Amino acid sequence: MNKIAKLFVTFISAITLALVSFTSSFAKVEGEYIVLGSAISLTGKYSSNGVHTQNGYNMAVDRINKMGGVEVQGKKYKFEIIYYDDESNPKRAAQLAERLIKQDGVHYMLGPYSSGLTKAIAPVTEKYKIPMVEANGASRSLFTKGYKYLFAVLSPANQYLEVAIDLAVEKNGGKGVRIAQAFEQDAFSQDVRLGILDAAKRTGSEIIIDDKLPKELNDMAATLAKVKATKPDVLVVSGHTKGALTAIRQISEMKVDVPMLAMTHCDAAKLSKQHGKKSEYALCASQWHKNLSYKDKFFGGGKKYARDFQKEFGYDPPYQSAESSAALLVFKDAFERANSFDRDAVRDALVDTEMQTFYGNIKFGPGGQNIAKPMILFQVRCKGDDCENRVVAPTKWASDKFYHPIPKWSERS
Amino acid sequence: MDFLIFKAPMLMVQASLDGILLGILFALIAYGMALQWGVMNIINIAQGDLVILGGYIAYTIYLWGIHPAWGVIISPIIMFFVGWALYKLVINKVVDRDLFISILATFGIAIVFQQLMNFIFGADVVVAQSEYGTTMLFDNSVTLPNSKIFSAFISVLYAVALVIYMKKSRLGRAIRATAQNARAAKILGVDTEKVYAATFGINAALCGIAGALISITLTLHPYVGLPYTVRSFMIVIVAGLGNLPAVAVSGMGLGLFEEFADYILGTEFRIGAVFMLLVLILVYRRFKLSKKREYLK
Repeated sequence: MNKIAKLFVTFISAITLALVSFTSSFAKVEGEYIVLGSAISLTGKYSSNGVHTQNGYNMAVDRINKMGGVEVQGKKYKFEIIYYDDESNPKRAAQLAERLIKQDGVHYMLGPYSSGLTKAIAPVTEKYKIPMVEANGASRSLFTKGYKYLFAVLSPANQYLEVAIDLAVEKNGGKGVRIAQAFEQDAFSQDVRLGILDAAKRTGSEIIIDDKLPKELNDMAATLAKVKATKPDVLVVSGHTKGALTAIRQISEMKVDVPMLAMTHCDAAKLSKQHGKKSEYALCASQWHKNLSYKDKFFGGGKKYARDFQKEFGYDPPYQSAESSAALLVFKDAFERANSFDRDAVRDALVDTEMQTFYGNIKFGPGGQNIAKPMILFQVRCKGDDCENRVVAPTKWASDKFYHPIPKWSERS
Repeated sequence: MDFLIFKAPMLMVQASLDGILLGILFALIAYGMALQWGVMNIINIAQGDLVILGGYIAYTIYLWGIHPAWGVIISPIIMFFVGWALYKLVINKVVDRDLFISILATFGIAIVFQQLMNFIFGADVVVAQSEYGTTMLFDNSVTLPNSKIFSAFISVLYAVALVIYMKKSRLGRAIRATAQNARAAKILGVDTEKVYAATFGINAALCGIAGALISITLTLHPYVGLPYTVRSFMIVIVAGLGNLPAVAVSGMGLGLFEEFADYILGTEFRIGAVFMLLVLILVYRRFKLSKKREYLK
């Protein structure tokens, strides 16, 4: 190697070294910015909800920064987020979490979208003792592993449809009901199923059909034919957006009459828009609805949040965006109470969180799940061809009465 | 194990009809695969993704306010050119290589198509509404969505038309000649390059029809192509190449098998049962082959 080449190599190495040391110091807090990191699905199969999540985060960052930021030890700081696209791939998400922590020096993380990806990232944040506030991983298994640095602002998956069974039992005069259920075979849906099994046991209800739908399946005709033959009191379906859309399509085509139909992912599937009147009376579990009366000083209430979000991004906020915004409010509150950037101090402050946001009350249980916020149920109701989701439970926030039983298809116009 | 189906005979009728209607649709996709497999010796892993792309074309015209059923005419026309272009850009580079290279190439195409569809149409699951209503049989105890009946009818119609075309037309004869012996066909003046491009185009067009039918009977999502590839692969394995009646029977048989497996073994074993059947058939074929008298030339 000649002299010039050697010099060149030395020069490049020096620059690389300088850059590496610079990026590692570009940690946690840089100047007036508190830097958070998030691997998020901007491409791949979760990209729609990934974008909803990112919009929720960005909206909250802007709002908090505009309203004075975060005050720690008498100094005002602003939030900034480093994003990487995890391509909806758990392995990639775990790699990116590692990169955020080790290369970018991030000390505080925001969660990705979906239970599966949160599950992939949680061991990494746990290993490096990085507090992560997540808003889109509801699977119960996330909260039973003894993670100490994971905090979820949302209710766990097993609570999604428990209320629906209680409602059905109430309508049945307090007696147990006959339940038919079909759940996709993924972590989230199976957790929803466990919740139903608990509720059935608690209320003395009987499960007469218990189908597990393969991930690839987009035909539920066999399950629905069984439902037709056995006439249950409640039909419960959870299979993400595909499950919700397939169920409504085939229930309406096969004219399956059930007194009550409870589902998940109705709003993510845009059920009332895609299926219109066919989706009427479907009961849907949701983490949040704009009509709830929770308030905070950053976003006001749910309706104001929805208006501002619509103005900024051009569409109504799904609950994925609302809960993501709430995650930032939780972080701000924890930093201010910890009055420090020490990770463990922030983590301890997160443990003691007890606050109300526009999204709901937040208090973390021993597993990191939010135990202060109930799930809500809305029912799709239509006026002519115009359908919307109306909150029917819990009664405190109900804007409409729960319509039960669902009229038979032969009686529906 | 659940034997509900044996207790309620109407469920048996429902399962059979559902299975047959679904099977006919699978058979159409499988026919395209068998055709290009036979002619070009290429296993197209992107088959299911071509189907979904065809579905999105129908869905797009539905968004424009046109009835999605028109998709069964518009989608194959567009897809034919997509297939032709795909051949010219990628497939003709691998058509003379071994089977493994073609599997890799089409696997790559599948990934590119998935990402493109995700980029253009978004990652939401979508459906097109045909509003065809429902046919009720046996005092309303058996219900058949008219959209499924329509899709089976269209599939049969196109399959028959294609058989006639393959028998009577000049291009059809050229395709069959190339499938039998490409070198001989070339010597006799058949432009095999054109035949290959047309075959790939016809396969893509068949996928386009199936996709349009799926948009009104099932659901569309950029990443749900693979199950259609697997099913058509399986139908072709059972039926053999270049044998349309066998593809039709095998398609319907698979549809029936899936439905009954769902009722008897449980929904969670539906796809598993299909794979089990595939293994059994392959073992049986191997066994039959080994019994054949072998001799040295």
